[in-house]
Amino acid sequence: MSTIRIYVPKDACAIACGADEVVAAIEAAALSRRQPVEIVRNGSRGMLWLEPLVEVVTAEGRIGYGPVSEEDVEGLFEAGFLTGAAHALRIGKPEEHPFMAKQTRLTFARCGIVDPASLADYRAHGGYRGLERALQLGPEAIIEEVKKSGLRGRGGAGFPTAIKWKTVADAKGDRKYIVCNADEGDSGTFADRMIMEGDPFELIEGMTIAGIAVGATKGYVYTRSEYPHAIWAMEKAIEVARAHGMLGMNISGSPYSFDLEVRMGAGAYVCGEETALLDSLEGKRGTVRAKPPLPAHKGLFQKPTVINNVLSLTAVPHILADGGEFYANFGMGRSRGTMPIQIAGNIRFGGLFETAFGITLGELVNDIGGGTFTGKPVKAAQVGGPLGAYVPTWQFDLPFDYEAFAAKDALIGHGGIVVFDEDANLAKMARFAMEFCSVESCGKCTPCRIGSTRGVELMDRIIAGERVEANLATLTDLCQTMKLGSLCALGGFTPYPVLSAMNHFPEEFGAPPRRLEAAE
Amino acid sequence: MPHYEPWSEERARAVIEEFSHLEGPLMPMLHAVQETFGHVPDAVVPMLADLLNVSRAEVHGVVTFYHDFRHEPAGRHVLKLCRAEACQAAGGDALADHAEHKLGCKLGETTADGRVTVEPIYCLGLCATAPSAMLDGRIVARLTERRLDALIAEAQS
Repeated sequence: MSTIRIYVPKDACAIACGADEVVAAIEAAALSRRQPVEIVRNGSRGMLWLEPLVEVVTAEGRIGYGPVSEEDVEGLFEAGFLTGAAHALRIGKPEEHPFMAKQTRLTFARCGIVDPASLADYRAHGGYRGLERALQLGPEAIIEEVKKSGLRGRGGAGFPTAIKWKTVADAKGDRKYIVCNADEGDSGTFADRMIMEGDPFELIEGMTIAGIAVGATKGYVYTRSEYPHAIWAMEKAIEVARAHGMLGMNISGSPYSFDLEVRMGAGAYVCGEETALLDSLEGKRGTVRAKPPLPAHKGLFQKPTVINNVLSLTAVPHILADGGEFYANFGMGRSRGTMPIQIAGNIRFGGLFETAFGITLGELVNDIGGGTFTGKPVKAAQVGGPLGAYVPTWQFDLPFDYEAFAAKDALIGHGGIVVFDEDANLAKMARFAMEFCSVESCGKCTPCRIGSTRGVELMDRIIAGERVEANLATLTDLCQTMKLGSLCALGGFTPYPVLSAMNHFPEEFGAPPRRLEAAE
Repeated sequence: MPHYEPWSEERARAVIEEFSHLEGPLMPMLHAVQETFGHVPDAVVPMLADLLNVSRAEVHGVVTFYHDFRHEPAGRHVLKLCRAEACQAAGGDALADHAEHKLGCKLGETTADGRVTVEPIYCLGLCATAPSAMLDGRIVARLTERRLDALIAEAQS
């Protein structure tokens, strides 16, 4: 009997849903049938409600079954899933599934398809084409290409990547650094984790290109202790890349040298803020630095530093491989290219949906996400992490675009959408946002450190029905102070969830309902 | 279940020095100390301060800043429940209440018998399969009351 290849994701989501047990069950069932199988642990395709999504390589291609539990395995074998036979869990070819077919995948094109630990597989699927072209172009032309793409930092602030790179390239320094902000602390976001687990070479390639562009020889991937699987996958891939001459001295035989190291945070949310992250990397408390100086001038160890998010850096290999214009052709307005959007929370079909900017929030939540898994009506979606606004259903025509969101006092952030059903209490969520800020504040600036604690007290009084109108007025004022006076996004953006909840659902705060916006 | 070594100054020194070639090595050193001894003992602070040529106050400041570093050893098992928004949206509040009730202690505390420490965690990145938890480093998603009971039973055994 010939060996049959089976893919079972090693993505943390799949593991948390029992993928390791499924692998053991498949191995046992195959052994008892004397059927040789080769199990590849791929990343996730991003259809997370189907995890573990087991794929079998058949004559007609890869056929998926999911969600598979260990109890399902025997039945799958009996039904003949090794030849792609019918079964209740069969979904057909994953790439033809409507959730996948509607996407435009660039960053996530390989995720779930390749073996994340195999450099050969990476190359076979177009990997390192971007670096090859970058090596031909040289530093200046690389930055020009990134500029043409219109790429804006995907970490939340949306700052043009090429400008950041140019600043570092022009800065004087005996050494420079590339720092990847993989401190994905926002609830509802998991794209960084997925790519590190599912296609780590893409991040390595993006960082290498960045290093060549600005003249940096060392890079750090700073990620979270909550992501042990991502750390393991990154470290493994770095080792493989180094062994194949794709990291270290004279990359791919070129005159450029670049090496990478993974560093782990220690459970402090504020370290996702770029300057706090740099302090943490240096071995200090993760407190926010006042800007200027910009990290581009004085960053890690006071040296010129590019600090970019995982999704910004993983967009780079595609921009170089296919050209900046190709990338810029996707999107709307000043939001160019694609955005890996993460649909989560109380959602029926949650997962990773990469698409060009411009899709509406309603399409994402209702059409693609299928509404809530509790089956109750959607009440609101929090977009952009714990510091993002609660967007009510009557604003679901909002297109995914940095400027369109900003115009509605909302933000895209890292592209996470957390869906809530009608049972959610928005006053309670607003209190949670304030409390989270007070616990996670680095303490450096007063509006964030003290404002958030006062905010919790105010919320408690409002929830208890104490002098509601006066306390809401004070809360609004406090939010303005935090917004304008905080050093970084933690204090500066906490007002977004609080004020949006208050403005859209005033009745939950004990104030008279106000639904004027519905008439817009 | 994780196994930790008893405190030994010599062992601590060896663990720390393994990272002394790194740039800005304090965080990796603290992680390694905690992995070895299960917490960051006070006696490590002056050792690190000496080696890195910084004040004890600075090292103490770092140890106490980060949520991960423990001053005291945890219970024999550590159950972390995700309390972030995506898990809240998916019924995480009720599960946290259930765990507190069942274990007889609050989030952030250890049961009286020292068996289980239950802690909040803010986002395991499993938000599309919420709610989620982590028991001694093992992640579990699509948590229900029944699955949580099984985790608690496992932690108490």
